[in-house]
Amino acid sequence: MSNAPQMRTPMRRVRGLGAAGSGTGHFWHQRVTGAAGIFLTIALIVIAISLLGRNHAAVVQILGSSPVAIIMLLFIVNSAYHMWIGMQEIILDYVHEDNLKLLSLMANTFFVVVVAAAACFAILKLSFGV
Amino acid sequence: MPELEASTNPGARRARPLSPHLQIYRPMLTMMMSIVHRITGAALYFGTLLLAWWLIAAASGPNAYANFEWFIGSLIGRVVLFGYTWALIHHMLGGIRHLIWDTLHGFEPAEREMLALATLVGSIGLTLVVWVIGYLAMGGPR
Repeated sequence: MSNAPQMRTPMRRVRGLGAAGSGTGHFWHQRVTGAAGIFLTIALIVIAISLLGRNHAAVVQILGSSPVAIIMLLFIVNSAYHMWIGMQEIILDYVHEDNLKLLSLMANTFFVVVVAAAACFAILKLSFGV
Repeated sequence: MPELEASTNPGARRARPLSPHLQIYRPMLTMMMSIVHRITGAALYFGTLLLAWWLIAAASGPNAYANFEWFIGSLIGRVVLFGYTWALIHHMLGGIRHLIWDTLHGFEPAEREMLALATLVGSIGLTLVVWVIGYLAMGGPR
Protein backbone atom coordinates (compact mmCIF):
# COMPACT_ATOMS: atom_id res chain seq x y z
CA MET A 1 0.00 0.00 0.00
CA SER A 2 2.77 2.41 0.95
CA ASN A 3 4.52 1.61 -2.32
CA ALA A 4 1.50 2.76 -4.34
CA PRO A 5 2.13 5.98 -6.26
CA GLN A 6 1.03 8.94 -4.20
CA MET A 7 -1.54 10.83 -6.26
CA ARG A 8 -2.24 13.57 -3.74
CA THR A 9 0.10 16.22 -2.45
CA PRO A 10 0.94 16.22 1.27
CA MET A 11 -1.07 19.44 1.64
CA ARG A 12 -4.18 17.81 0.16
CA ARG A 13 -3.81 14.87 2.50
CA VAL A 14 -3.32 16.93 5.64
CA ARG A 15 -6.34 19.09 4.82
CA GLY A 16 -8.46 15.94 4.43
CA LEU A 17 -11.00 17.65 2.20
CA GLY A 18 -11.18 14.94 -0.46
CA ALA A 19 -11.88 15.27 -4.18
CA ALA A 20 -14.86 17.58 -3.76
CA GLY A 21 -12.87 19.91 -1.50
CA SER A 22 -15.50 19.91 1.22
CA GLY A 23 -14.44 16.94 3.38
CA THR A 24 -17.09 15.38 5.60
CA GLY A 25 -19.26 18.51 5.62
CA HIS A 26 -22.14 16.96 3.67
CA PHE A 27 -22.03 13.79 5.74
CA TRP A 28 -22.52 15.79 8.92
CA HIS A 29 -25.14 18.13 7.42
CA GLN A 30 -27.12 15.09 6.25
CA ARG A 31 -27.19 13.88 9.88
CA VAL A 32 -28.24 17.27 11.27
CA THR A 33 -31.02 17.76 8.70
CA GLY A 34 -32.04 14.10 9.14
CA ALA A 35 -32.39 14.48 12.91
CA ALA A 36 -34.37 17.71 12.49
CA GLY A 37 -36.46 15.94 9.84
CA ILE A 38 -37.74 13.40 12.37
CA PHE A 39 -39.50 16.10 14.40
CA LEU A 40 -40.60 18.11 11.37
CA THR A 41 -42.02 15.00 9.62
CA ILE A 42 -44.11 14.11 12.66
CA ALA A 43 -45.31 17.72 12.79
CA LEU A 44 -46.16 17.68 9.06
CA ILE A 45 -48.23 14.48 9.45
CA VAL A 46 -50.13 15.99 12.42
CA ILE A 47 -50.79 19.21 10.45
CA ALA A 48 -51.90 17.30 7.33
CA ILE A 49 -54.32 15.12 9.32
CA SER A 50 -55.78 18.15 11.11
CA LEU A 51 -56.53 19.74 7.71
CA LEU A 52 -58.27 16.70 6.19
CA GLY A 53 -61.82 17.36 5.06
CA ARG A 54 -61.66 21.10 5.82
CA ASN A 55 -62.71 23.63 3.19
CA HIS A 56 -60.33 26.03 1.48
CA ALA A 57 -60.94 28.97 3.83
CA ALA A 58 -60.17 26.88 6.91
CA VAL A 59 -57.06 25.40 5.30
CA VAL A 60 -55.79 28.88 4.43
CA GLN A 61 -56.39 30.11 7.96
CA ILE A 62 -54.62 27.17 9.64
CA LEU A 63 -51.68 26.95 7.18
CA GLY A 64 -51.18 30.70 7.43
CA SER A 65 -51.18 30.83 11.24
CA SER A 66 -47.75 31.60 12.66
CA PRO A 67 -46.83 28.30 14.37
CA VAL A 68 -48.01 26.15 11.44
CA ALA A 69 -46.41 28.40 8.83
CA ILE A 70 -43.08 28.39 10.69
CA ILE A 71 -43.12 24.57 10.97
CA MET A 72 -43.98 24.25 7.26
CA LEU A 73 -41.18 26.66 6.29
CA LEU A 74 -38.71 24.73 8.45
CA PHE A 75 -39.88 21.43 6.94
CA ILE A 76 -39.40 22.69 3.41
CA VAL A 77 -36.00 24.34 3.92
CA ASN A 78 -34.68 21.40 5.97
CA SER A 79 -36.00 18.81 3.49
CA ALA A 80 -34.72 20.78 0.52
CA TYR A 81 -31.14 20.77 1.81
CA HIS A 82 -31.39 17.12 2.89
CA MET A 83 -32.71 15.98 -0.48
CA TRP A 84 -30.21 18.13 -2.37
CA ILE A 85 -27.33 16.34 -0.62
CA GLY A 86 -29.04 12.95 -1.06
CA MET A 87 -29.69 13.34 -4.78
CA GLN A 88 -26.13 14.61 -5.30
CA GLU A 89 -24.88 11.43 -3.65
CA ILE A 90 -27.09 9.28 -5.89
CA ILE A 91 -25.88 11.14 -9.01
CA LEU A 92 -22.22 10.77 -8.01
CA ASP A 93 -22.79 7.03 -7.46
CA TYR A 94 -24.41 6.27 -10.81
CA VAL A 95 -23.55 8.99 -13.35
CA HIS A 96 -19.94 8.70 -14.44
CA GLU A 97 -19.87 10.54 -17.76
CA ASP A 98 -18.48 14.01 -17.03
CA ASN A 99 -20.88 16.20 -19.01
CA LEU A 100 -23.94 14.26 -17.92
CA LYS A 101 -22.72 14.34 -14.32
CA LEU A 102 -22.30 18.11 -14.30
CA LEU A 103 -25.68 18.61 -15.97
CA SER A 104 -27.34 16.26 -13.45
CA LEU A 105 -25.75 18.06 -10.50
CA MET A 106 -26.90 21.39 -11.91
CA ALA A 107 -30.41 20.08 -12.56
CA ASN A 108 -30.51 18.82 -8.97
CA THR A 109 -29.72 22.28 -7.64
CA PHE A 110 -32.23 23.97 -9.96
CA PHE A 111 -35.01 21.51 -9.06
CA VAL A 112 -34.47 21.82 -5.31
CA VAL A 113 -34.21 25.62 -5.33
CA VAL A 114 -37.28 26.11 -7.55
CA VAL A 115 -39.51 23.67 -5.63
CA ALA A 116 -38.42 25.02 -2.25
CA ALA A 117 -38.79 28.66 -3.30
CA ALA A 118 -42.26 28.05 -4.74
CA ALA A 119 -43.43 26.20 -1.63
CA CYS A 120 -41.98 28.83 0.73
CA PHE A 121 -43.54 31.62 -1.32
CA ALA A 122 -46.94 29.89 -1.06
CA ILE A 123 -46.67 29.67 2.73
CA LEU A 124 -45.59 33.30 3.06
CA LYS A 125 -48.50 34.33 0.83
CA LEU A 126 -50.91 32.36 3.01
CA SER A 127 -49.40 33.91 6.15
CA PHE A 128 -49.36 37.51 5.04
CA GLY A 129 -52.68 37.19 3.25
CA VAL A 130 -51.54 38.95 0.07
CA MET B 1 2.45 -12.61 -11.96
CA PRO B 2 0.81 -12.79 -15.39
CA GLU B 3 -1.52 -9.88 -14.54
CA LEU B 4 1.37 -7.54 -13.83
CA GLU B 5 3.21 -8.59 -16.97
CA ALA B 6 0.11 -7.97 -19.03
CA SER B 7 -0.37 -4.53 -17.53
CA THR B 8 3.18 -3.48 -18.35
CA ASN B 9 2.76 -4.61 -21.94
CA PRO B 10 1.43 -1.60 -23.85
CA GLY B 11 -1.58 -2.32 -26.00
CA ALA B 12 -2.43 -5.55 -24.21
CA ARG B 13 -5.94 -5.25 -22.79
CA ARG B 14 -7.62 -8.28 -21.36
CA ALA B 15 -10.84 -8.83 -19.50
CA ARG B 16 -10.05 -8.36 -15.86
CA PRO B 17 -12.07 -9.79 -13.01
CA LEU B 18 -14.38 -7.23 -11.46
CA SER B 19 -15.19 -7.08 -7.78
CA PRO B 20 -18.51 -8.80 -7.07
CA HIS B 21 -21.55 -6.58 -7.19
CA LEU B 22 -25.21 -6.91 -6.22
CA GLN B 23 -26.08 -9.79 -8.54
CA ILE B 24 -23.73 -12.22 -6.80
CA TYR B 25 -25.18 -11.86 -3.31
CA ARG B 26 -28.20 -13.65 -1.91
CA PRO B 27 -30.83 -10.98 -1.24
CA MET B 28 -30.95 -10.21 2.46
CA LEU B 29 -33.30 -8.08 4.51
CA THR B 30 -30.60 -5.64 5.59
CA MET B 31 -29.51 -5.23 1.97
CA MET B 32 -33.10 -4.70 0.80
CA MET B 33 -33.72 -2.09 3.50
CA SER B 34 -30.57 -0.25 2.43
CA ILE B 35 -31.77 -0.19 -1.18
CA VAL B 36 -35.29 0.78 -0.17
CA HIS B 37 -33.90 3.66 1.92
CA ARG B 38 -32.33 5.13 -1.22
CA ILE B 39 -35.41 4.44 -3.36
CA THR B 40 -37.76 6.06 -0.82
CA GLY B 41 -35.39 9.03 -0.61
CA ALA B 42 -35.50 9.48 -4.38
CA ALA B 43 -39.29 9.03 -4.39
CA LEU B 44 -39.69 11.67 -1.67
CA TYR B 45 -37.46 13.99 -3.72
CA PHE B 46 -40.07 14.00 -6.48
CA GLY B 47 -42.92 13.66 -3.98
CA THR B 48 -41.99 17.15 -2.78
CA LEU B 49 -43.74 18.33 -5.96
CA LEU B 50 -46.97 17.05 -4.42
CA LEU B 51 -46.33 19.04 -1.22
CA ALA B 52 -45.48 22.15 -3.25
CA TRP B 53 -48.63 21.74 -5.39
CA TRP B 54 -50.75 21.47 -2.23
CA LEU B 55 -49.29 24.68 -0.73
CA ILE B 56 -49.37 26.63 -4.01
CA ALA B 57 -52.97 25.54 -4.64
CA ALA B 58 -54.00 26.66 -1.15
CA ALA B 59 -52.28 30.02 -1.71
CA SER B 60 -53.76 30.47 -5.19
CA GLY B 61 -57.45 30.29 -4.24
CA PRO B 62 -60.52 28.05 -3.96
CA ASN B 63 -60.51 26.94 -7.61
CA ALA B 64 -56.88 25.84 -7.62
CA TYR B 65 -57.41 24.14 -4.28
CA ALA B 66 -60.47 22.32 -5.62
CA ASN B 67 -58.33 20.96 -8.47
CA PHE B 68 -55.79 19.63 -5.98
CA GLU B 69 -58.54 18.13 -3.81
CA TRP B 70 -60.03 16.45 -6.87
CA PHE B 71 -56.69 14.85 -7.74
CA ILE B 72 -55.75 13.77 -4.24
CA GLY B 73 -59.27 12.41 -3.68
CA SER B 74 -59.17 10.31 -6.85
CA LEU B 75 -58.03 6.69 -6.77
CA ILE B 76 -54.64 7.52 -8.30
CA GLY B 77 -54.25 10.48 -5.96
CA ARG B 78 -54.94 8.32 -2.91
CA VAL B 79 -52.49 5.66 -4.08
CA VAL B 80 -49.82 8.34 -4.63
CA LEU B 81 -50.52 9.90 -1.22
CA PHE B 82 -50.46 6.48 0.48
CA GLY B 83 -47.12 5.76 -1.21
CA TYR B 84 -45.81 9.17 -0.17
CA THR B 85 -46.90 8.55 3.44
CA TRP B 86 -45.20 5.15 3.52
CA ALA B 87 -42.02 6.43 1.84
CA LEU B 88 -41.87 9.34 4.30
CA ILE B 89 -42.26 7.11 7.36
CA HIS B 90 -39.98 4.38 6.00
CA HIS B 91 -37.25 6.89 5.18
CA MET B 92 -37.65 8.46 8.63
CA LEU B 93 -37.31 5.09 10.40
CA GLY B 94 -34.41 4.12 8.13
CA GLY B 95 -32.80 7.43 9.02
CA ILE B 96 -33.22 6.74 12.75
CA ARG B 97 -31.48 3.40 12.09
CA HIS B 98 -28.59 5.26 10.50
CA LEU B 99 -28.41 7.66 13.46
CA ILE B 100 -28.24 4.64 15.81
CA TRP B 101 -25.41 3.22 13.71
CA ASP B 102 -23.64 6.59 13.91
CA THR B 103 -23.33 6.01 17.67
CA LEU B 104 -21.54 2.68 16.88
CA HIS B 105 -24.47 0.64 18.22
CA GLY B 106 -26.57 -1.98 16.43
CA PHE B 107 -23.91 -3.60 14.26
CA GLU B 108 -24.18 -7.17 15.63
CA PRO B 109 -25.84 -9.63 13.18
CA ALA B 110 -28.96 -10.11 15.30
CA GLU B 111 -29.22 -6.36 15.95
CA ARG B 112 -28.89 -5.57 12.25
CA GLU B 113 -31.66 -8.02 11.39
CA MET B 114 -33.85 -6.66 14.17
CA LEU B 115 -33.36 -3.04 13.06
CA ALA B 116 -34.08 -3.91 9.42
CA LEU B 117 -37.24 -5.79 10.37
CA ALA B 118 -38.33 -3.02 12.74
CA THR B 119 -37.92 -0.46 9.94
CA LEU B 120 -40.15 -2.45 7.58
CA VAL B 121 -42.82 -3.54 10.08
CA GLY B 122 -42.77 -0.12 11.75
CA SER B 123 -43.20 1.79 8.50
CA ILE B 124 -46.12 -0.35 7.30
CA GLY B 125 -47.76 -0.28 10.74
CA LEU B 126 -47.35 3.46 11.27
CA THR B 127 -48.57 4.23 7.73
CA LEU B 128 -51.76 2.25 8.38
CA VAL B 129 -52.20 3.99 11.76
CA VAL B 130 -51.80 7.43 10.14
CA TRP B 131 -54.35 6.58 7.43
CA VAL B 132 -56.86 5.15 9.91
CA ILE B 133 -56.55 8.34 12.00
CA GLY B 134 -56.86 10.37 8.80
CA TYR B 135 -60.07 8.64 7.76
CA LEU B 136 -61.45 8.91 11.30
CA ALA B 137 -60.66 12.66 11.23
CA MET B 138 -62.68 12.96 8.02
CA GLY B 139 -65.53 10.93 9.52
CA GLY B 140 -64.96 7.67 7.69
CA PRO B 141 -64.01 6.70 4.12
CA ARG B 142 -65.73 8.57 1.33
